[in-house]
Amino acid sequence: MTTPATTALRKTALNATHRRLGAKMVDFGGWDMPVEYTGIIAEHRAVRTAAGLFDVSHMGEIVVHGPGALELVQKVTCNNVQALANGQAHYSGLMTEQGTFVDDLLVHKMSDTHYYLCVNASNQDKDFAHIVQHNSTGAQVENAGDYYTQLALQGPKAAAILQRCTKVPLAEIKYYRFAHGLVNEVECLIARSGYTGEDGFELYFAPEHSEKMWFALLAGGEPDGLIPCGLGARNTLRLEAAMCLYGHEIDDTTTVWEANLGWICKMDKGEFLGRAALAKQKEEGVKRILVGFEMTDKLIARDGYPVLHNGEKVGHVTSGSPAPFLGKNIGMAYVPPALSAVGTQIQIGIRNHQAAARIVPLPFYKRAK
Amino acid sequence: MYPTNCRYTKEHEWIKMDGATGTVGITEYAQHELGDVVFVELPKIGAKISTGQPFGTVESVKAVSEIYAPVSGEVIETNAALGDAPEKINQDPHGAAWLIKIKLSNPSEVNSLMDAAAYQAYIAEKQKETSA
Repeated sequence: MTTPATTALRKTALNATHRRLGAKMVDFGGWDMPVEYTGIIAEHRAVRTAAGLFDVSHMGEIVVHGPGALELVQKVTCNNVQALANGQAHYSGLMTEQGTFVDDLLVHKMSDTHYYLCVNASNQDKDFAHIVQHNSTGAQVENAGDYYTQLALQGPKAAAILQRCTKVPLAEIKYYRFAHGLVNEVECLIARSGYTGEDGFELYFAPEHSEKMWFALLAGGEPDGLIPCGLGARNTLRLEAAMCLYGHEIDDTTTVWEANLGWICKMDKGEFLGRAALAKQKEEGVKRILVGFEMTDKLIARDGYPVLHNGEKVGHVTSGSPAPFLGKNIGMAYVPPALSAVGTQIQIGIRNHQAAARIVPLPFYKRAK
Repeated sequence: MYPTNCRYTKEHEWIKMDGATGTVGITEYAQHELGDVVFVELPKIGAKISTGQPFGTVESVKAVSEIYAPVSGEVIETNAALGDAPEKINQDPHGAAWLIKIKLSNPSEVNSLMDAAAYQAYIAEKQKETSA
């Protein structure tokens, strides 16, 4: 076990709060973040059965506004921004000219001339530079990560808990929609979205209210079993829900077709960065594809472990972990299309073992509607 | 908190001597750093292990951690109960969740390991680094 120097790490507005509450802190992509409070298993189960509160202020925000905003966001991302209504968000990819991912992101449409992008923490500066580089429309682009605290309140009890803290009628905010309003007397962007596979909300607001909001939400949710959670549970939750994580399932070498993300790529929306490369790959077919697998023996697959078939390396694990709610050891991996059918037996190279696994449908976990 | 009848390594293993045999486990500090332990892989009885070399693996939900031999010797017993209940490592790392028993090649080797006071000072220093 090594202990990284913490002096150069970036901190969210809640850093001192997390430390005071005894959270276990880790270096997460250059940020000093809570990995767990009471334990990943307990936090994971709380989100599946009640609710959990996450500080995800390390996530980046980029604001694009002005008359050229729509055209610019349409150009650099693969989903169809034209299809968004005001107050609606969608999942998308920030594209290279090769049709690979600079990042994945949420695009929130505030108005025809104002878009609010939520991007990965460690990619924020790269994303900003990329968008600016391709800005031929005269839109204004602002790297706004420092202006917001982002909290995620997730779980089947999230709506009931949040409703006690706001007069905004939450039932009117459908999935992937958002509204503005007061939560615990703080002006927030209230988005019904998340990275856990559960119902829930992501709140964006000014950092000076962070500690007040953190404790008010926890107090409001305590009767329903709300607990503070760290990024460890966030990762196991998103893996059970088969959501991609940048640097694992997707990066600047992978495409939407390979990552099973064809649903976020609208080839008929007009020209966008990477479209030609994506059209070519779609026609030629992919050489690898993302699949889900579960271990059929006791060993645990981890990120980077080789996937084997008849003793030959055929791919690699992108994310692997115990799945605390499902009670299985699961993972996602890239394999050749010929080996991607559900039920295919594969092996994972784990230390000196060739551990048995089989390909299963994704997602591993889907909440009841 | 750390038993004074044990010796400790910088990699957070403990060893408790009984004549020429020693019982080995991981420390409270190690289990806390790991978080929820979900899997343990131990060597076979009769395996030879040598000082500083990994002899097994403890996995938590988020991490894989190798366990290093505090001394050289032969494995004479392993804690089979951990196979079905690895979480015992979180609950009782210095007691019921011992990992292996070894017959030492050279019992005096333990004298070069830290005693409880030295280990406690060692981890206090580590904790100071992480809370900086």
